[in-house]
Amino acid sequence: MNVGSAGDVLEDNPVGKLQVYVYELPSKYNKKILQKDSRCLNHMFAAEIFMHRFLLSSPVRTRNPEEADWFYTPVYTTCDLTPTGLPLPFKSPRMMRSAIQLISSNWPYWNRTEGADHFFVVPHDFGACFHYQEEKAIERGILPLLRRATLVQTFGQRNHVCLKEGSITIPPYAPPQKMQAHLIPPETPRSIFVYFRGLFYDVNNDPEGGYYARGARASVWENFKNNPLFDISTDHPTTYYEDMQRSIFCLCPLGWAPWSPRLVEAVVFGCIPVIIADDIVLPFADAIPWEDIGVFLAEKDVPNLDTILTSIEPEVVLRKQRLLANPSMKQAMLFPQPAQPRDAFHQILNGLARKLPHDKNVHLKPGEKILDWSVGPVGDLKPW
Amino acid sequence: MKPSLLQQQSRRSNSFRGSNPLDSSPDGGGGAGKSPAAIFWLVLHGLCCLVSLVLGFRFSRLIFFLLFSTSTNSNTGLYQTSPFRTVADIAENLAFSTSLPSLDSSPANRTTGTAGVSSSGVVVGRHGILIRPWPHPNPDEVMKAHRIIERVQREQRAQYGVKSPRTVIVVTPTYVRTFQTLHLTGVMHSLMNVPYDLVWIVVEAGGVTNETASLITKSGLRTIHIGFEERMPISWEDRHRMEARMRLRALRVVSEKKLDGAVMFADDSNMHSMELFDEIQKVKWIGAVSVGILVHSGHSDEDLSVRNEGDESNSPVPIQGPACNSSDQLVGWHTFNSLPYVGRSANYVGDRATVLPRKLEWAGFVLNSRLVWKKAEDKPDWVKDLDMVARDEANVESPLSLLKDSSVVEPLGSCGRKVLLWWLRVEARADSKFPSGWIIDPPLEVTVPARHTPWPDAPPELPTSEKVTSIKESSEKRATKTRTHRSRRGSRSKRKHEARSVDAHVSERHSGEN
Repeated sequence: MNVGSAGDVLEDNPVGKLQVYVYELPSKYNKKILQKDSRCLNHMFAAEIFMHRFLLSSPVRTRNPEEADWFYTPVYTTCDLTPTGLPLPFKSPRMMRSAIQLISSNWPYWNRTEGADHFFVVPHDFGACFHYQEEKAIERGILPLLRRATLVQTFGQRNHVCLKEGSITIPPYAPPQKMQAHLIPPETPRSIFVYFRGLFYDVNNDPEGGYYARGARASVWENFKNNPLFDISTDHPTTYYEDMQRSIFCLCPLGWAPWSPRLVEAVVFGCIPVIIADDIVLPFADAIPWEDIGVFLAEKDVPNLDTILTSIEPEVVLRKQRLLANPSMKQAMLFPQPAQPRDAFHQILNGLARKLPHDKNVHLKPGEKILDWSVGPVGDLKPW
Repeated sequence: MKPSLLQQQSRRSNSFRGSNPLDSSPDGGGGAGKSPAAIFWLVLHGLCCLVSLVLGFRFSRLIFFLLFSTSTNSNTGLYQTSPFRTVADIAENLAFSTSLPSLDSSPANRTTGTAGVSSSGVVVGRHGILIRPWPHPNPDEVMKAHRIIERVQREQRAQYGVKSPRTVIVVTPTYVRTFQTLHLTGVMHSLMNVPYDLVWIVVEAGGVTNETASLITKSGLRTIHIGFEERMPISWEDRHRMEARMRLRALRVVSEKKLDGAVMFADDSNMHSMELFDEIQKVKWIGAVSVGILVHSGHSDEDLSVRNEGDESNSPVPIQGPACNSSDQLVGWHTFNSLPYVGRSANYVGDRATVLPRKLEWAGFVLNSRLVWKKAEDKPDWVKDLDMVARDEANVESPLSLLKDSSVVEPLGSCGRKVLLWWLRVEARADSKFPSGWIIDPPLEVTVPARHTPWPDAPPELPTSEKVTSIKESSEKRATKTRTHRSRRGSRSKRKHEARSVDAHVSERHSGEN
């Protein structure tokens, strides 16, 4: 995909191309949850909340459901937080099921298509599989009721149960104002070759290593801890954002899940992302030329990371930096409030618009039923 | 990924306590429930649990793998370290056992709960940590990385820095004296770091000398070394005036050679910041920057009294430079207020009193070299001809004398708010002696005997060789004697602390007599 076409797609304006109807759910599905814990607005899963707010005041919103192309259900499934701020997904399937029951009984539009023209924002670790542990997530699979709906999620990995055909992959939420506040003058010379801050071993959950990040992060540490070109450590420096702006390459390895806000930060700060996650599907892959912007590395090639990075031609490095400097690229990764043209909200709408017009088989024939409401683990069937 | 890691951590510990590890082991065994492999795993697991209980840390089943299997999973010479790390690392971790213990081998039987999905190349479960046999940087690659960094920085400079940079023409008056090497080396190193083309015009009072020449050629810069045939006077007044004449001489060279660029005046004892050189690229015809004036004196009491008097009106470090109004236009000049120092300033070079600058120092000005050319196309009409100005040399105090109208000066450094260089005059007494070129050759002529040798194991010869004072011997013999004397002293000083103090003591006396 050449840059010209990708740039055009990024510049698309979705207004006028689609209409979205926003279901009015009782506030126990959204507002009350947020009131209970306002930390949900700042963590990396905040996209679900901001998407709701954006759609409420967006020109694509229509109050007439008959002329809507897409239906949005505002349910905040990733807002049940532990004291340390991590979302627990155990009630999410029931919550989603309850919401769908509500919309299918109060409005006819769900039953018309069994959700094929509905979309849901599920920014959790493994999307609509609603679990943080990969094996459990794979076991559960995508919530059966969402089988026909379009999922807007951060998780993306090819040939994985939790990524279904036609999903829209979005970047995780990163606070735009905070990143803006840490910008340094662009003429500051980039003097760090490779930069990374984060865990290499998750000692609490995987002390031996090899499980966490499929051993890739541990491999990075063991191979390059003594290499002066690699500025890697488990520090939490206050100058994290500034350091990224002084680096040429930023490592974005997988963790327990393949995606990470590091990718957003690297793009915003002009640091070339080195993506170490096999088969990952990156956000807005149909609009952003990730191959041209970033460097992809197979997990088995991690021991040769230094050879690979140093053998990149300087001209290629400059070209990637020039592409990264494109403001549309950076804008597409962000969820600013209020929304701005070409930001992530608009890219999501673009993605939805590109799926129109709906296929004929979206509408079910009368009496036809595809979804089975009794399928799924017993715990999910309890009311919420 | 950090927060999600944290979340995984605490949640996992919750979940793992709930989950039964034995549940998942059958999957790793290869499918069928009660196969011998599964039973074997169960027994092994139980054994390891017992061992762990006894030992007090987690004894992994991987150890058995290591002991019993010949590892066939060599991925082109890479180690897989998880077995090694278990024993070494986790002595303190009384952790739970995870599922799927086996090393990364065939992917097919790994994906738990496949649920009919096409098997991807990516496998869930424990993987080996790949480490190459020599996990250290390769020097060729490090050089390549540095080349990449250098290219990126060059591109950054091209994009955000100055477009079409001009040559910097630096004018430095100097003369040979004790502090010359100190001062000139400082300026030289600053100039060597300037990223633009540079021409260094060094005007030397007392004629061109080898001392100065050898010093400035070390810089590797393009230099023009001009001799000025008068000796530098002792009084500060006269010295300032002569320096002005030397600078005009340099400007005449610029005019004759038609050097093109931005002319700046770097006095050899001043300190320049790198931003100064970026800022002077912006000058159109004549610009002025703020200079920090560092006045100091030998006496600290004098300093204090001066500061107390002048504190309310003066800033802590007096600044000389352009004064702007709120719309960033030049309205006047901040000059040095010498009133507090009246009667207490230095008169002679090397005087212990405070050295005061002129009202406006040359160092704070930048000129477009075309201003001094005889003929330049767009030379503005408010500039006087250089030869005319040079005729009245004695009265030229600052580059403003070159202008008919001093309001055309452009204030640089965000309108004088940034101090980009510092003015300082530090000199030794005019009669202070120093080894020429700072090379001791021939060695010191007078050796003074050390009467008290504090070290007990002094060999008997040492005192006699030291007693050689002014005997007319051949210089080599003396050289060897003093050299061995010195080297012995040197080696001794490594062992004894007192020896070093004696060392210093003796050498001090040497320099005094020199």
